[in-house]
Amino acid sequence: MSGQVLIEVNSLKKVFSDAENRVIALNDINLKVLEGEIYGIVGMSGAGKSTLIRCINRLDTPNEGQILYRGKDILLMDRNELLRTRRKMGMIFQQFNLFMQRTIAENVRYPLEIAGVPRKKADQHVLELLEIVGLTDKANAYPVQLSGGQRQRVGIARALASEPDVLLCDEATSALDPMTTQSILDLLQDINRRLGITILLITHEMAVIRQICHRVAILDGGNVVEEGSVDEVFRNTKSEAGKRLFGVLPEQSSEDPGVPSLRIIFDGASAEKPVISKLSQETGVFVNILSANMNHLQGKMYGQMIIQKPDLEDENKAVIDYLLAQGLTVKEVNKL
Amino acid sequence: MSWDKLIPLILDGLLDTLYMTIPSTALSYLIGMPLGILLVISSKEGIRPMPVFQSILGMTINFLRSIPFIILLVLLFPVTRAVMGKAIGTIPIIFPLVISAFPYVARMVEGAIREVDLGVIEAAQSMGSTDWQVIRKVMIPEALPSLLNGAAICMVTILGYTAMASAAGGGGLGALAITKGLNVGKFDIMYSASLTLVAMVQVMTLLGNQISRKTDHRIK
Repeated sequence: MSGQVLIEVNSLKKVFSDAENRVIALNDINLKVLEGEIYGIVGMSGAGKSTLIRCINRLDTPNEGQILYRGKDILLMDRNELLRTRRKMGMIFQQFNLFMQRTIAENVRYPLEIAGVPRKKADQHVLELLEIVGLTDKANAYPVQLSGGQRQRVGIARALASEPDVLLCDEATSALDPMTTQSILDLLQDINRRLGITILLITHEMAVIRQICHRVAILDGGNVVEEGSVDEVFRNTKSEAGKRLFGVLPEQSSEDPGVPSLRIIFDGASAEKPVISKLSQETGVFVNILSANMNHLQGKMYGQMIIQKPDLEDENKAVIDYLLAQGLTVKEVNKL
Repeated sequence: MSWDKLIPLILDGLLDTLYMTIPSTALSYLIGMPLGILLVISSKEGIRPMPVFQSILGMTINFLRSIPFIILLVLLFPVTRAVMGKAIGTIPIIFPLVISAFPYVARMVEGAIREVDLGVIEAAQSMGSTDWQVIRKVMIPEALPSLLNGAAICMVTILGYTAMASAAGGGGLGALAITKGLNVGKFDIMYSASLTLVAMVQVMTLLGNQISRKTDHRIK
């Protein structure tokens, strides 16, 4: 990671308004995406994340603010410069948005066609791209003949064709099943590592952020309410929106008190040990697991588990002490 | 009337009908297709929003479409004479046919292009396409099956208009059925000319559907 700022968003504001309604989609967004990183923007639906990513390549025009790409304001670019810059930013979509009347190879070739790359050279490049995404055998098929995951692979190959510096991912895995999501995330991570392409993705799934992002911004009500390294934000969630995204409420929530619980965070430290079984064995307390969201990544456990807080205070303390001794992070929360 | 007299008469009419229908359809598309595309791209959610222009264009097209062909034919006599040299005959009638059909074509094209998924157009834009590239390489190819279906419908409509061409002294099967059939009580001529028209409509529709389906890669 070279650490240079690739995209910088300053005081971005976007208001949708018609005769009756005025909706502030983005209030005052500030963020920096560094070259070579995978930067995730997460938020509930309606948080403004789609609008934000669409402003980055000016598919949507914000009302105020700056979007600097390598120091140049995208919002001030003339038409030609904007088109040139867009070619440096690949984009993939939730609904894939493939050209249905073009074959897979022709889909991937499109960015090269519009850039005037000679046919022979383009075809050669298309083959390489299809190899990266593992679809060489589908070159002459049409999108309708492909599964969702395969379609997104075509979308990725197409977005990579113009050799972009950054890949914008607009809910790229939200229409896919968990297994396919996993394979697409692996592919994105691979692209980031092997080709050094910066990735800016938006999602409503914390799991996506956990798995591949280096840094994260949590978006709520048109504002960035929390930003930082994924580990830091996950371990020490401060914002209300962040806690909601993790499925927990802060302790002193006035409305719904929820179930008193313990949130255990697995960040790869505690490897293969059956922590909960051991916990019961060693402390003599039987715990009730309320929810768990765990992923195996390179032999380590990532994710979180929420267990019901033991009623007796000394039992509770024993459980917490045990978990802390295992190097896990434990928080007392109220489960929604 | 005997077959050897009837058949050349019908063939003659058929050729005249084609002479009127095919160039009229082609010219109507030459004018109507760009207008139809303009209607889409200048609309509020289009790639070049120009709402005022769009609504003026839309209203003009609606106005032209609302005039019945037979009235337009008569109203246009002086213009037709100025443009085509004369107002009456098989070739001059192409002019009012085109004037009457291009607004229809524009709406047909608009409908087909509007079917193209906005997300797909957005994807093309995100890749740095110019507006012209979006139109030529995305909108038209993606809408091709619908455009072809629409073309078949437009052609059939224009074919129907040619049947009224007898009012302007045009030839063709319609004129044959009326002037040499109905008006003089020769019902064999009337029926065979009419049946030939029916057959032409069937062939055009069938062909249109067939080609449309062949070019449609959206179905498995």
